[in-house]
Amino acid sequence: MNSYLVKRLLLCIPTLILVTMLVFVLMRLIPGDPAYLRLIGSDGDAEFTQEQLDDLRAQLGTDKSLPEQYGRWMWGVVRFDFGLSMVYDTPISDDLKSRLPITLELTLIALVLATVIAVPLGIASAIFQDSWADYLSRIVAIAGIAMPTFWTGILIIILLILFFGWLPPLGYASLWDKPLLNLQQMVFPAIALGFYNMALIARVMRSAMLEVLREDYIRTARSKGLSERVIIVRHALKNASLPVLTISGWQVGRLVAGTVVIEKIFLVPGMGKLLIDSIFARDFTMIQAIVLVVAVLVLLINLFVDLMYGWLDPRIRLEG
Amino acid sequence: MIQKEIESKEPVLLPAGMRPTPSILQTLTRFARRKPLGAIGGVIAILLIVIACFAPLIATHDPTLTNFRAPLASPSSEMLLGGDALGRDVFSRLVYGTRISLLVGILSVVFGITTGFAVGLISAYFGGKTDLLIQRLMDAIMAFPALILALAIMAVLGASVTNVIIALSAIFVPGASRTIRSQTLSIKELDYVLAARAIGVGDWRIMAIHMAPNLFSTYIVLATISIGWAIVVEASLSFLGVGVPPSVPTWGGMLTGATKYVETAPLVAIFPGVAIALVVFAWNLWGDALRDVLDPRLRGTD
Repeated sequence: MNSYLVKRLLLCIPTLILVTMLVFVLMRLIPGDPAYLRLIGSDGDAEFTQEQLDDLRAQLGTDKSLPEQYGRWMWGVVRFDFGLSMVYDTPISDDLKSRLPITLELTLIALVLATVIAVPLGIASAIFQDSWADYLSRIVAIAGIAMPTFWTGILIIILLILFFGWLPPLGYASLWDKPLLNLQQMVFPAIALGFYNMALIARVMRSAMLEVLREDYIRTARSKGLSERVIIVRHALKNASLPVLTISGWQVGRLVAGTVVIEKIFLVPGMGKLLIDSIFARDFTMIQAIVLVVAVLVLLINLFVDLMYGWLDPRIRLEG
Repeated sequence: MIQKEIESKEPVLLPAGMRPTPSILQTLTRFARRKPLGAIGGVIAILLIVIACFAPLIATHDPTLTNFRAPLASPSSEMLLGGDALGRDVFSRLVYGTRISLLVGILSVVFGITTGFAVGLISAYFGGKTDLLIQRLMDAIMAFPALILALAIMAVLGASVTNVIIALSAIFVPGASRTIRSQTLSIKELDYVLAARAIGVGDWRIMAIHMAPNLFSTYIVLATISIGWAIVVEASLSFLGVGVPPSVPTWGGMLTGATKYVETAPLVAIFPGVAIALVVFAWNLWGDALRDVLDPRLRGTD
């Protein structure tokens, strides 16, 4: 276990460094001098002196060489200090601190809902293969994979309004202050967000289960006279859950990215909405920080999934 | 008919090289029989390409013409699927939207997968430090979720059709390079590659003339499977307003603000979504079937 863990952790470090470099370089590709763009204002006619320009350049650090700029930026990043927003002059980390938990809560609820619905659906589909229930769940799965997340969100709003004449309270109330209102607000965006994952997990669960149920050790368990319930839950599910875990891990990035569109539709003030607002405001330092946070988050979750994998499957651990 | 019967009576008598090559029609019928769902997907996909090509003939109205006398009009014989908030004909906008979806979807996949193909081939062929460096870079790009990477690139480049194609191409490079890399590793040590090297063929020539054609089926499968995904990301970008400029009719753009008029005209928010889901569904089915037929090794890699 140790050598596997160490190897996996070491492999993560160069990737992390490259990710920061990519984000840094990408945001340096913007045409024009950020200090100049800022002084000239959004209308492009503000007046300023050369002195002001030099001062702002020094303040932003853009008068230094690129490696030095990268170094300064990284020194801030490791202390969770992303500098100031280019548009509002407020510390970016303050915004992130208030927005990130909202997005994480949404993602987590979506993931939990998707798994809780999809796993039984996939198992049932496999056990009752080729029955009407199997076809129904497969149709749902295929539809879920083809529907874009933002349309699922729109559809949910349409269904709620047309059939129940009711709209979930849009916006956001803190989980700690008003837990009930918070859940009411989060549940529908989470369903829309997790729908794709639900479909995918159900499909993978079904095929993995079908494969495992044909294995010799399942036949042995049956011939021992174990009940079907024990065979499925204790013997088959464990092995069939490995591909499901892999797929969920791969799809976490997509889930986090999906919050961008879902937060816009349901007016959730999370990090995804902040990203879109920042793109329209051309707040490049903010965009830079959010993109970096998302990428690091995805890397860490994938690392976690890989470690889980090693824990679940002894073969991986021993190969190390 | 008669010829077919003769063929079926003596199936495997001729050696491989002398067997009459099946006509395109025969190949297609065989594919349709083996993979009916894939064939349906293929037919829908081709139908949509035809619609995109002949959009001006099929559309009943000018898709950008606003008509303030018919805002949110219900479907009628005059406006088949009704009108949107500005009174523009929804059916005609859907027909024209096919063009952007397929143009962006197909071009970005071709550019992205081709680049990924070259990167994967070079990475695996040279191996060693080159491989290590390229693969870490691909790992790093893969850490960005596709939509986030596309958004970041669009933020830097600005909204336009060309820039959407550039941004979408970038998201396909790492995945394709990884698949091609693993396939290259398995054919790298085959005799024909070693033989070419032994008679002094240069590295680049071996890759381009000898190895690349053998990876072509993988290329086709990767491209077909990815188009659905490209269409979804393009629609998401246009929906968010940072993709194709709003003046051009796109399916994603048609859904922007769609929830505002839900009570009076829910259909406006439904048709474009159905169109997107249908196209993605069709390309996915077609891609899956092609993968099973052309390249079964790739199963489970999507």
